[in-house]
Amino acid sequence: MPTYRKSPIPGNRWLPHPLMTLVLVIIWLFLVNTITFGHLLLGTLLGIAIPWFTNRFWPERPKIAKPFLLFRFFFITFVTDVIVANITVVRLFLQPDISRLRPRFIEIPLDTQDPMVITILASVISLTPGTVSAEVTEDRQTLIVHGLDVADEALAVQTIKTRYEAPLKEIFSC
Amino acid sequence: MTFVIELLVSFFLVVGAFFAMAGSIGSFRLPDFFSRLHGPTKSTTLGVGAMAIASAIYFSFHGEGISFHEVLITLFLFITAPVSAHFLAKAALHQRLHENKAALPPESEKETGPHV
Repeated sequence: MPTYRKSPIPGNRWLPHPLMTLVLVIIWLFLVNTITFGHLLLGTLLGIAIPWFTNRFWPERPKIAKPFLLFRFFFITFVTDVIVANITVVRLFLQPDISRLRPRFIEIPLDTQDPMVITILASVISLTPGTVSAEVTEDRQTLIVHGLDVADEALAVQTIKTRYEAPLKEIFSC
Repeated sequence: MTFVIELLVSFFLVVGAFFAMAGSIGSFRLPDFFSRLHGPTKSTTLGVGAMAIASAIYFSFHGEGISFHEVLITLFLFITAPVSAHFLAKAALHQRLHENKAALPPESEKETGPHV
């Protein structure tokens, strides 16, 4: 079991997941598409009730050590990479000679065994340049990734590790 | 609705349609299963995302008040697309589904199995 750091926002018996409560309120307001006092109240009620009833399924909370870095990672690194990834992939799809692609599997040795970090890393890899995560080995040591057009395997592994894994490790401090 | 808004909406619609189409062309042209997975995970996600942005802009300036529930479509798509792609890739790996078996990572070397 990985050890988690203490969360910056404390939770208690009646409010086990404060962050989830906040997210649920925001999602509720987005769903109803209006911001009125009544819906804010109803959203807050749901935001308190749902974590309370489902608390047994996730006893531990994700410990976000650096919220600002998380914000920067998702809104700058991630968003730009998704757009760049799409342009790259579309160019690969539409090139005249499709057989010039060099698809192959690459293995990325993981520095962290935290399930949360691995999940986010695998999802981010799937949405960014020419790579889809295919498998995590049972010992959580290696992530197998399929690259659409890999010229240099070592470089690809290095890029993923420095660009995505390092910031994620820092954000969740593990 | 002003000209600028119309321009913005049509821009996002065209961009979204382009990426969705390119993703479908990719799924058709690529040679093997794993390469074909790249289309639906990236291009289609951004394609639908761009169309959702167009919808959000259109209804914010057209109907009553701002419209933001399109953001949720994009958000949930970005969460679920990689997960389903991962499932497909994982299942295909275990089935050894590839025209060229030598291109797959070796099976016996590492014990892979169900995990949480």
